[in-house]
Parts: sequence; structure tokens; C-alpha cells
Amino acid sequence: MNNFKANYKKLPPEFNIFLVLLGLALLFEILGWIFIGQSFVANKRRLIIMILQVSVIGIIAVGVTQVIIMAGIDLSGGSLVALSAIVAASLAQNSSYTKAVYPHLTDLPYIIPVLAGVACGLFAGFLSGNIIARTGIPPFIATLGMLVSARGASTWYNNGMPVSFLNDDFIALGQGVWPVVIFLSVAALFHILMRYTKYGKHTYAIGSNEEAARVAGINITRHKIIVYSIAGGLAGLAGVVTAARAMSAQAGMGMMYELDAIAAAVIGGTSLFGGRGRIAGTLFGVLILGVITSGFVFLRIDAYYQEMVKGAIIVGAVVVDQIRYKKKNTKDKDI
Amino acid sequence: MKEIDKKIILKTEGLSKHYGGVKALDNADFTLQNGEHIAIVGDNGAGKSTFIRQITGVEIPTSGKIYFDGNLVNFKTPSDAKNAGIEAVYQNLALADDLDVPSNIFLGQEETYFNLGPFSFLNAKKMYDKSIEVLSKTGIKIPDINIAMSNMSGGQRQCVAISRSAGFASKLIIMDEPTAALGVQETEQVENIIKNLKDRGIPLIMISHNLRQVFDLVDKIWVFRQGKIVGSVDASTTNSNEVVSLITGIQQKVGEEASFI
Ligand SMILES: Nc1ncnc2c1ncn2[C@@H]1O[C@H](COP(=O)(O)OP(=O)(O)O)[C@@H](O)[C@H]1O
Ligand SMILES: [Mg+2]
Repeated sequence: MNNFKANYKKLPPEFNIFLVLLGLALLFEILGWIFIGQSFVANKRRLIIMILQVSVIGIIAVGVTQVIIMAGIDLSGGSLVALSAIVAASLAQNSSYTKAVYPHLTDLPYIIPVLAGVACGLFAGFLSGNIIARTGIPPFIATLGMLVSARGASTWYNNGMPVSFLNDDFIALGQGVWPVVIFLSVAALFHILMRYTKYGKHTYAIGSNEEAARVAGINITRHKIIVYSIAGGLAGLAGVVTAARAMSAQAGMGMMYELDAIAAAVIGGTSLFGGRGRIAGTLFGVLILGVITSGFVFLRIDAYYQEMVKGAIIVGAVVVDQIRYKKKNTKDKDI
Repeated sequence: MKEIDKKIILKTEGLSKHYGGVKALDNADFTLQNGEHIAIVGDNGAGKSTFIRQITGVEIPTSGKIYFDGNLVNFKTPSDAKNAGIEAVYQNLALADDLDVPSNIFLGQEETYFNLGPFSFLNAKKMYDKSIEVLSKTGIKIPDINIAMSNMSGGQRQCVAISRSAGFASKLIIMDEPTAALGVQETEQVENIIKNLKDRGIPLIMISHNLRQVFDLVDKIWVFRQGKIVGSVDASTTNSNEVVSLITGIQQKVGEEASFI
């Protein structure tokens, strides 16, 4: 028994989440055979669609994870997807289309709309970061403001009209396995940044004890601005991928994506109290959301049931986090 | 200071800190010689911690001057004070509980492989080895330094906090009630670190309520009362009665044993 405990402790912390993922897949597999007479897992197409669907959420979730580890929160992800998508799309239009947003700026190399989209998110994150770090307004409020404003800005940008007729090289970024490749690259990069660099260490330190980080000489203001800017930039990248995948952009895109991204982080073991969490966990969190969505579609259950179950899982993950946090704190007290 | 005395490492003139109407620190004139170890004593709320926070850049004084190492200084942030060579152990242990020991010891001054600004890669091996080295000097036993601080005892935590400061302090080290929450054995370990600093010639300011400890460890005792410095006495020529009288402002009767926690 002790031996089992020791071995269990050696496993990466994501092991539990991985078990949940396997359990869900197994559940859908069994239900599939019972109700539909089909396998859930043994369907390559379904798995590919599933991972494609969650890639955009995944890119946002990576940015949100580092924000939550820093004991912050970012609610603006979904709106930034819309704003960045529409800005990127407006610079990726085809010259054959006569009603382009910028008739003189058509057929640009695809890197320009991509950078514009990312920069757009980055700038929004930079604004939120400054407001949070310099005024002390809670991140919840500051990024809620950004959620509303960015959604408004994406409607204002093209008078609420969708932007389409995009160039092929831009569209290619959203096709095939590209969204997955982009998501996994982003996740790998940030896994490394969070674990092996000063950036990651300071992010964990601020989330764990901001005052301690401050007296240790870390420039909290600067660090917070960088972290929120990066979260915004990643939401911008997610917007670019969304526009490329949909081959057009409109102001209603990415609605509620921020909640799925936060859910993925929390399900993946990132603590809302800050200081704890890993990008690898978020990866599994994203996959769990994907399995739920595609499992419900597979079983032909109405979408609102899916939302209800998702909501329950998120609350469950937060409850687990609370219990862990309380345990840790009562332990501190009897020192 | 017109003619700077080389022997003085820290000097404050009229240092004050007001929180709204509360004069937490009022006109403090203080000097510390190089190599000297001093204690600050006083009742709860006397302004001891406030005094420390002004010197270490954690807060900005309402008025007054601070001279450090011969220069008039204006620390805006804790890192300014750190860069000048001041290290502090704060009363409410400034540790990141979710991080491990090396991360805490090197917090804000990490060892890196190559400098890429915030994205520099950490040299975990070097920080691990150095942590083992500084901790071994304290005599504290931590079986695995790669686990989170939240799993450790009060003594282990305090020794990590002190090792961090002692490891980096070049010119001055400040400790705010370093043994307040510790047991007998752990207190001894902390006192060993302090004696070691004395041998290394690093000046120390220690806040303590433990008069036995104060008389054991320091050269000079500074007494604070209600935000003011009310006296400074040599540890070798004074006695606990005199110190207690200064702390309370009430003359002790001759022969009566001083009782002060
Ligand atoms: N941040 C603050 N805001 C308002 N009052 C404070 C603050 N910090 C300390 N004080 C007040 O200043 C006085 C001195 O406090 P402190 O320096 O902590 O005392 P000591 O460390 O000697 O026990 C107390 O009356 C305390 O309530
Ligand atoms: Mg105090």
C-alpha cells in the first residue's frame, strides 16, 4: 500500500486529469455501443474534428492559464478573438472582391494580417495589464470591461458586416491540421517558458505571494503587464486561426470562448487562487472539453444538455481546488 | 551629512512615516556602525516594523533622510535597497509557499544560463547546489529542498528566509522578529546564523522581544516607544531593568526582576 502511494506520488500531477479524460472517453464508448451501435473512439474523423474544434479554445487557454497562475483572470479572450479575426480578415482580402474593407490593401502577404491580428490582441492585453497593474482595479472587472469594449469595437470596425473573400494563403492557416499544429506549438512553447525560465518562475511567485515577490525585488507592475499582453496576443492568434478556418470574420465570433478557456485551465488543475497549475494540465483540460462536446454530438443529445454538464464539471473542478486550498492553509496555521 | 563618516553604514535623520493621522514613526535619528549588530526593542505598535519598511524601500517615508554607505539614498522599491546591498527578513515571512526552497532563496535574483531578460533560462542545478550550501551553514535539516514551502515547518521556513538574506546580504541585513514563532532548538539555529554574520563582519539590525536573546547577540539596543526612538544603550553596560523602563516609560524599582516577554 505504501509502495503504491510512493509510486503514485512520482506520477506527474496530470495523471488524475488523464484518468478523467480516459473515463469520459470510455463512458461515451459504452453509451455509443448501447444506443447507437458505433464506436466513439475508433473513428479517426471524429477525433480529428474534435481536436480541431478545441484548438482555438486551447490557444486562448494557454494564455489564460498563465494569467490564473499569477492569481489573475482574463475574461476578454472571446471578444478579442472576434476583434482580431475581423481586423486580420480585413487585411487578408482578395483583390477580385470589389467591396473590400480596404480596397487599396488587398492581396497582402498573409504574414501581415496574421501579425495585425496578434498585435491587436496584444495591444488589448497590454491595455488591460496596465489598468490592472497600475490602478489596482481587480482583473475580473478590468477584463470584463475589455470583454464588452472589444465586442463593441469588432462591431464598429466594419459596421457589423462580416468580412469575407479572403486570400487562399491566409485561409490555409485554418485548414487541415494547421490549427492543431499552432495550438500544440503554443502549448509546448509556454510549457517550456513556465517551467524553465525566469518569466515562469516570477509568474508562479506573484500568484503564490505577491508581497513576497515584491520584496524579493520582482517588478510586479511590469510582469503583470507582460503576462496580460501575452494572454491578449494569444487570444489574437486564436482570432486569426478562427477567421482563417471560417474563411471570413464577423463580430459575433468567439462568443463565450473565454469561459471554455478558463474551464480548460481549471479542469486541468490550475488553481484559481494562483501559484499552482501547468500548461500540460490545461492541454488535458482542453481535450476533456473536446470529448464532452463531440461525445454529446455523437450521442445526438441536445446542445443545452452539453452546456449543463460542462457547467457542472467546471463547478466540480473549482470545488476540488477549494478543498485542496483549504487543506494547504489549515496546515500553515498550526506552524 | 557634510563629512561622511566611513564607519557609519546607515544613518537616518528625522525619519517619519505617517499613515493618515497615525504617526507610526516620528522623527527617528538612528545610526549604525559598520560591523555592528544592534537590536530594536519596543512594545507592539511602537513603530519598529514601520522603521524597517522605510529603510528597505518597501514603503516611502513621509519625511526625513536616509544615508546608506556614505550616500543619501531614496529607495523607491525593495529592489533599489537590495541593489544597494540591504537584505531583509520580514515579520510576515515573505515566502512564496507554492515554490520550492531554491526558488525562494533565489527569488528575484535567479541564476540563469544566458541573459534573455525575463525569458532567461534558469540554471536550476546551480541554484540547487548553492541552496544546499547556504542551508548547511544554518544547521537546519530539510530532507528534500525540491518540495513546496507549504510542506515545511516554521523553523524550516524561517531558516530558508534567513538563508536567503544572509546569502545575498553584502552590506546590511535586517531581521524583523526572526525567532518569534520558533521553538527552542529552531531559535538556536537562527541565532547561529546571526553569530556567523557577526564573524563575517556584516552589520545587523534585529527586532526582537526576547531580551535574553538581545543581550546574548547584539552590541547595542535601540528602544522605540509610540513611534519615537527613546534611547539607545550599550548591551555590555546596561541591564534588563533599564531596557524595560525605556520600553514602558515606567521606572522599574531597584532589585525588582524585569519581566518582559
Ligand atoms: N500600513 C499601515 N496603515 C496604517 N497604520 C499602520 C500601518 N502599518 C502600521 N501601522 C500602525 O503604525 C503603528 C506602528 O506599527 P508597527 O511598525 O507594525 O509596530 P511594531 O512593529 O513596533 O509592533 C501601529 O499603531 C500600527 O497600527
Ligand atoms: Mg512589527
